Amino acid sequence: MTQFCGQGLACIRGGRQVFCDLDFALEPGQAILLTGPNGSGKSTLLRLMAGYLRPSAGQVTWAGEPVFEDLGEYQRKICYIGHLDAIKGVLTVAENLGFWAQKGAPGVTDGALEELGLTALARVPGRLLSSGQRRRLALARLLVSKADLWLMDEPTVGLDAASVRRLAGIVRRHREKGGSIVAASHTDLLIEDAIALKMEDFAVDSLPEMVW
Amino acid sequence: MHRFANPARFLRIANALLPWLTVGTVACLGIGLYMALFASPPDYQQGETVRIMYVHVPSAWMALFIYVFIAIASACSLIWRHPLADVAAKAASPIGAGFAFLTLVTGSLWGEPMWGTWWVWDARLTSMLVLFFLYLGHMALMGAFEEQSRGYRAAAVLALVGVINIPIIKFSVDWWSTLHQPASVIRLDGPTIDPSMLWPLLIMGLGFKLFFATLLIVRMKSELMAARVRALSLAQLRNA
Amino acid sequence: MTLKKVIARDLRLALRQKTDAATVVLFFALTAALFPFAIGPEAAILLRIAPGVIWVTALLSVLLSLERLFLADFEDGTLELMFLSSLPLELVVFGKVLAHWLVSGLPLIVATPLIAILYGLPFAALTVMLPALLLGTAALSLIGAIGAALTIGARRGGILVPLLVLPLYIPVLIFGIAATDAGISDGAIKAPLMILSALLLGMLFVAPLASGVALRQALE
Repeated sequence: MTQFCGQGLACIRGGRQVFCDLDFALEPGQAILLTGPNGSGKSTLLRLMAGYLRPSAGQVTWAGEPVFEDLGEYQRKICYIGHLDAIKGVLTVAENLGFWAQKGAPGVTDGALEELGLTALARVPGRLLSSGQRRRLALARLLVSKADLWLMDEPTVGLDAASVRRLAGIVRRHREKGGSIVAASHTDLLIEDAIALKMEDFAVDSLPEMVW
Repeated sequence: MHRFANPARFLRIANALLPWLTVGTVACLGIGLYMALFASPPDYQQGETVRIMYVHVPSAWMALFIYVFIAIASACSLIWRHPLADVAAKAASPIGAGFAFLTLVTGSLWGEPMWGTWWVWDARLTSMLVLFFLYLGHMALMGAFEEQSRGYRAAAVLALVGVINIPIIKFSVDWWSTLHQPASVIRLDGPTIDPSMLWPLLIMGLGFKLFFATLLIVRMKSELMAARVRALSLAQLRNA
Repeated sequence: MTLKKVIARDLRLALRQKTDAATVVLFFALTAALFPFAIGPEAAILLRIAPGVIWVTALLSVLLSLERLFLADFEDGTLELMFLSSLPLELVVFGKVLAHWLVSGLPLIVATPLIAILYGLPFAALTVMLPALLLGTAALSLIGAIGAALTIGARRGGILVPLLVLPLYIPVLIFGIAATDAGISDGAIKAPLMILSALLLGMLFVAPLASGVALRQALE
């Protein structure tokens, strides 16, 4: 049975259909790379996978179970990195990250900061971070979340080359442990042998039925 | 596309109903107004001013009825995501506000000869004032979002919270009013009413209800047409 | 993420930005101090209007402070991550309202005796007024949370909240004043206090539910 898959997905945003008849399948250890021009629905698909919005047609399943039937249970298995970093200016880097960490794992936060090169900044308030540092702090949530599935929307925005390589290493280790990934990006994410999903293939050309 | 298949059927039914509803409205309001203004006797206490009642009381009924209607439509919208329920709630809200306003104006006009002042903080009028504000909030929230669907949903939640609160507000205003005992309160409608006055009142009530149905359908049609214009211009934008 | 963590985090945020909470109390005290200038310093009149002034200004303070209850977390992306956490959104709402009430509702009640002195209210009146305010401000915070959640992402969100919420505040205001008046004139205080408690209990159920629905829509 496929671990994570979607069948015949369609989505309407702001009165227009963004994509339709979209299928995907993801096994443990695999990665999907979403590509496509602006407005092709990459972010929409990721938000749909995260359960923020429901498809207007089709269904998403996790281990054979439709995810919208028990959304809470499913959402425990995912970690979503969106455009926003969710960083509070008055909390320190460690406090910001600690809020998202699972209970009873004090070492995890330190380890995650270490891996993203933020250890020296642990006591610095969030408002002083540069945009690249903010992004790294957001990415550190991946490591404290213990999620099986990582959903990443443009994770490399604002990152320098060294940090992109660091992220690539983190992604590789996650996949080696059997985790899976869906990422959207314009730039090369350095994800090896990812399944390419071109959003253009599912674009809706004309909308005759929509205008009755 | 179930979302837009429904409106087409709705429009067919609406177009078939509209002439009948219009005729019914004109007939009921015509007969009702004649009976209310000419055929019914003046009140032995209030004289001719009692004729304001034939507009005031049905307006108050409608103001309450339409809020409940909006709440039911809102529940349908939130539970089944029925697109027509959203359109109905949006179309009904200003009509309800209009009836609430009419109730307040006629109440005030009635109050002047009865109480000697345009406004008295009478429990019924005060409750109606609050209901009027609830309508205004609903309309404001409906139009407050760039994306219409967000406005629909937010207003639906507000309408449901409002409908839970209306009995509480009514109860608290009654409590408040008895606590402060205004100088002279005349009950605007007694429990017993002579048939010569009841009949015109009921016919006016029916007329108002038909008027609401007619207006609702016209407003829903125009709302659907506006949605169609939006969809067409979006399609044009995509093809350009 | 647990309920405790949500509350602790909001409290910590408030403590790091003390001026924000202080502004609410200051607004309350200043507005209440404005009425004698408008009405005149006659002791009998001030005593008569004191409960009303305190309740209305407390109500407005709660309302104004609630506007940003969810907005900051919505704008920086915290809210969408909370939606994904194991804690139901309804409990997130409850935790945030509770934390908010602790840092901005409770200080109002602490400041009330000062206002009471300015208006020459007898000390005995406070023994009823403070419990009534305790119940009342909590209910007001919960009702206001619905308005704050509904207007996320709206144009003119700030001015919209009062329009939506003020009509719903009327019952709390009526019974809050009724209890306070009864406390001053040795009337029956039990009934209005009981009704205030009932309103609070009802809102404890309705407000997280309605706000949760509203927040989910905002995140869609």
